Amino acid sequence: MQFMLLFSRQGKLRLQKWYVPLSDKEKKKITRELVQTVLARKPKMCSFLEWRDLKIVYKRYASLYFCCAIEDQDNELITLEIIHRYVELLDKYFGSVCELDIIFNFEKAYFILDEFLLGGEAQETSKKNVLKAIEQADLLQEVSTQSVTSEHLCKCIATPQ
Amino acid sequence: MPAVSKGDGMRGLAVFISDIRNCKSKEAEIKRINKELANIRSKFKGDKALDGYSKKKYVCKLLFIFLLGHDIDFGHMEAVNLLSSNKYTEKQIGYLFISVLVNSNSELIRLINNAIKNDLSSRNPTFMCLALHCIANVGSREMAEAFAGEIPRILVAGDTMDSVKQSAALCLLRLYKTSPDLVLMGEWTSRVVHLLNDQHMGVVTAAISLITCLSQKNPDEFKTCVSLAVSRLSRIVSSASTDLQDYTYYFVPAPWLSCKLLRLLQCYPPPEDGAVKGRLVECLETILNKAQEPPKSKKVQHSNAKNAILFEAISLIIHYDSEPNLLVRACNQLGQFLQHRETNLRYLALESMCTLASSEFSHEAVKTHIETVINALKTERDVSVRQRAADLLYAMCDRSNAKQIVAEMLSYLETADYSIREEMVLKVAILAEKYAVDYSWYVDTILNLIRIAGDYVSEEVWYRVIQIVINRDDVQGYAAKTVFEALQAPACHENMVKVGGYILGEFGNLIAGDPRSSPLVQFNLLHSKFHLCSVPTRALLLSAYIKFINLFPETKSTIQEVLRSDSQIRNSDVELQQRAVEYLKLSSIASTDVLATVLEEMPPFPERESSILAKLKKKKGPGAVSVNELEEGKREGGELNGGGERGGDSSAIASTPSPSADLLGLRAGPPVTAAAPSAGSLLVDVFSEAGRSGALRFVCKNNGVLFENQLLQIGIKSEYRQNLGRMYLFYGNKTSVQFVTFTTTVTCPGELQSHILHIHTWNSLEPLIEGGAQVQQVINIECLTDFSDAPLLNIKFRYGGALQNLTLKLPVTINKFFQPTEMASHDFFQRWKQLSLPQQEAQKIFKANHAMDTEVLKAKLLGLGMALLENVDPNPENFVCAGVIQTKAQQVGSLLRLEPNAQAQMYRLTVRSSKDTVSKRLCELLAEQF
Repeated sequence: MQFMLLFSRQGKLRLQKWYVPLSDKEKKKITRELVQTVLARKPKMCSFLEWRDLKIVYKRYASLYFCCAIEDQDNELITLEIIHRYVELLDKYFGSVCELDIIFNFEKAYFILDEFLLGGEAQETSKKNVLKAIEQADLLQEVSTQSVTSEHLCKCIATPQ
Repeated sequence: MPAVSKGDGMRGLAVFISDIRNCKSKEAEIKRINKELANIRSKFKGDKALDGYSKKKYVCKLLFIFLLGHDIDFGHMEAVNLLSSNKYTEKQIGYLFISVLVNSNSELIRLINNAIKNDLSSRNPTFMCLALHCIANVGSREMAEAFAGEIPRILVAGDTMDSVKQSAALCLLRLYKTSPDLVLMGEWTSRVVHLLNDQHMGVVTAAISLITCLSQKNPDEFKTCVSLAVSRLSRIVSSASTDLQDYTYYFVPAPWLSCKLLRLLQCYPPPEDGAVKGRLVECLETILNKAQEPPKSKKVQHSNAKNAILFEAISLIIHYDSEPNLLVRACNQLGQFLQHRETNLRYLALESMCTLASSEFSHEAVKTHIETVINALKTERDVSVRQRAADLLYAMCDRSNAKQIVAEMLSYLETADYSIREEMVLKVAILAEKYAVDYSWYVDTILNLIRIAGDYVSEEVWYRVIQIVINRDDVQGYAAKTVFEALQAPACHENMVKVGGYILGEFGNLIAGDPRSSPLVQFNLLHSKFHLCSVPTRALLLSAYIKFINLFPETKSTIQEVLRSDSQIRNSDVELQQRAVEYLKLSSIASTDVLATVLEEMPPFPERESSILAKLKKKKGPGAVSVNELEEGKREGGELNGGGERGGDSSAIASTPSPSADLLGLRAGPPVTAAAPSAGSLLVDVFSEAGRSGALRFVCKNNGVLFENQLLQIGIKSEYRQNLGRMYLFYGNKTSVQFVTFTTTVTCPGELQSHILHIHTWNSLEPLIEGGAQVQQVINIECLTDFSDAPLLNIKFRYGGALQNLTLKLPVTINKFFQPTEMASHDFFQRWKQLSLPQQEAQKIFKANHAMDTEVLKAKLLGLGMALLENVDPNPENFVCAGVIQTKAQQVGSLLRLEPNAQAQMYRLTVRSSKDTVSKRLCELLAEQF
């Protein structure tokens, strides 16, 4: 996998993970172009498209688009399930995850992704093992008395449309 | 998972994010961000040492701001500090920041690498994983240099925790991708391969990605992985859906690992060992069988995971291309998917069948699905799926079904999406030619193609039809008849007129017996299109007319009249005019014999690969075909119709922009009215600063204000050609009192006078300048050889009794005598290499004095007088220029490269010239300009 992008229906980038070295300028250009292309597609269209010399695999969960760029010989369907497993991981960790969880806890979203995928390849596909690693890390952190004034969120991501 | 872990107490961060989300406008957001940046900056700079928590919070805020799309230019040091914190969350945030915002700042990389080194040797698996993740995320060469030796050791060590092994494997993969030369597996190879046997599925899943990549590059060293992969695959495939516990995904055992195993096997030919091969075939059969079983779940995840394995298995079957039985089964399976209600599966089935179609074992099986595929082309709602269907039709086409497929593609073309029309046209043209049994069908098809999608028919396509008609005499009469009929249409595409004009000009005689297509009728038909056509087509038609005169002497007077008409013989287009004049003369002077020889039928074209095919290959992927072939095809086409492309020469004259073109808009109006950038206050400093910087301001421009104080303004305008220059000086009296005894002298100090720069003033000035008046002086300059110093202009006059005396440097610099040289990338680098003597190169690294705006930089470089070469430097941020300095004694070729570094606000300038003094001088001059 070359990169993964999460963006909202409004085209706001929520998470970006690049597994190939690119300049910031290129990253911005690619993001702009892809967000536009994917948002323009209709709901019933297929989840794959050819883009430059890459294959784009994307799926929408509630208000968020998950979009991966893979190489020619990579498997589209298994990539689709990589996306789904990541959503499941987020969901399990946050407890019915929604877009706001990812906005306010973006660093967690990155940590979970790093446990699951590394260098663009699946590192650990067992949900239990990934969450165990994150859990252990959470136990290491100091107990904090401060709490987050997070809005109450609708739980919308859990089931894919 | 407990919900408390959600926010680990960074309240300030949450508040900040809320603030940003509440911003009503982009401006408000930027304002809020700038406020925050100022706050963080002051905290980082403050005297009070920040505690780890605050540091973490601020670094996290910076990260958030960066991820919103804003630039972050500080905080790296604080992030690096966090790396060595012994609090996990602080370390973690530090690593995240480094992973996202890597900076090739070498100072920092060393510190980062130190921190990583400490964590790797900490024996704390959580810290080790963090460090490995960071290396895998950054993957820079510096990191490869530091850790490529250490990580394989971690990977194969017996006491390494599984999770660390997983990270180490993929970390190594990333380093191998960036710096394969630094990752030496050698002694570790067999132990790495044996990770495929590891008990922990996660370790296998991670390691196999590394093994696959290494196998692609060194298949022999890793070939023992084949039997291990087969036995692992076999165990997974035959396991019950619950055996693998958490590695079972929606009732599918280990789908990711299965796909990766099948992918690894595609790096190798079928196993030679019969037992291994038997086991593998068994696996593939099981996978195909499972596809027929009823689903264990209705969830799409179940079928996706199952089918992911199936498609990967089919890829392997196609890769082996040796098991007819499996190939046909695969094809049938895909055939089922062609009508599946999931768009994704239809798309993948079409794609996968495309490769099956090229196997001799399955080609026939693929063909049985032709109706379904045609239907997909007609009814799929998603253009990307239709594209796949068109690709598959192209791939399954052979002599038996070519007519049907070409007809379907033609009818699809009428409504096809614009994005794929050109490719479709090429494919139809290729199939029509490749599988033509009778060439009348071919001609019909191409003419239909032009009729339906004329705008998308490239030159290669219509050149090709002409080549084929010329080379095959059995089709010439039919072609003439068909184009004649096609041209009857009231509106026909210009490409049709081209083909029609050419073919009738060559073979119109074959249908002239029919009174309905008598020579005059043919001519009138062609000529009725003439006024609607573009110049190249008109030129082609004129050639057809002169051919008519040869074929049908009875049309001679009519055609001569047309040629003689003012609209031809006085046509404002040179090419048309020339053809009209020459053809008219030819037809009136030459005897019938001469005419018949000159205008003889075109000889057959040499057989070669269709240039259309070349074009399609080029469209499909670079590198598949050499461009030469394409060019040849074009040239060949250009010679069509005898007339040649004489017009080509005139358009080939490159128009290089005049180096003295005024880029800063100062040409208009006398320079006195131009605003002076540094007015007034220079009275005292005239001799030192103003003179110097004044001259340097003109390195990249020719016009402007050279000097101004409260009394006097001196404007300058100059032009250069080859080694000569002319400079106009305008002296403006800003006061209301006259200047008396006004004299100017130009001197060349030192060597300059005698043999470097030859200057003389053209007209002597009146010694009097009235108040408010302006006088002009012209100076001629000749450059004899290259030079460094500038000539001096001394001005003396009396103002109200006081003697004024100024000396200025005249802005004559060596670059003024540049002639720009355009060249292609290849030539540039070749010449660059030729100028490789150390003294031929001058280099300077300097801080930017102005904003690093690309357009301004370009304008300045153009003003320098060299040609600014686009698409030469592989890095688009860099600028390269080429030019030749013209002096009387010699020409000095010079190449320049300017590399801006926006982050550091620095430039690196490199100049290479055939003469060392020139390189040096250019470098000095330019270093002050940016």
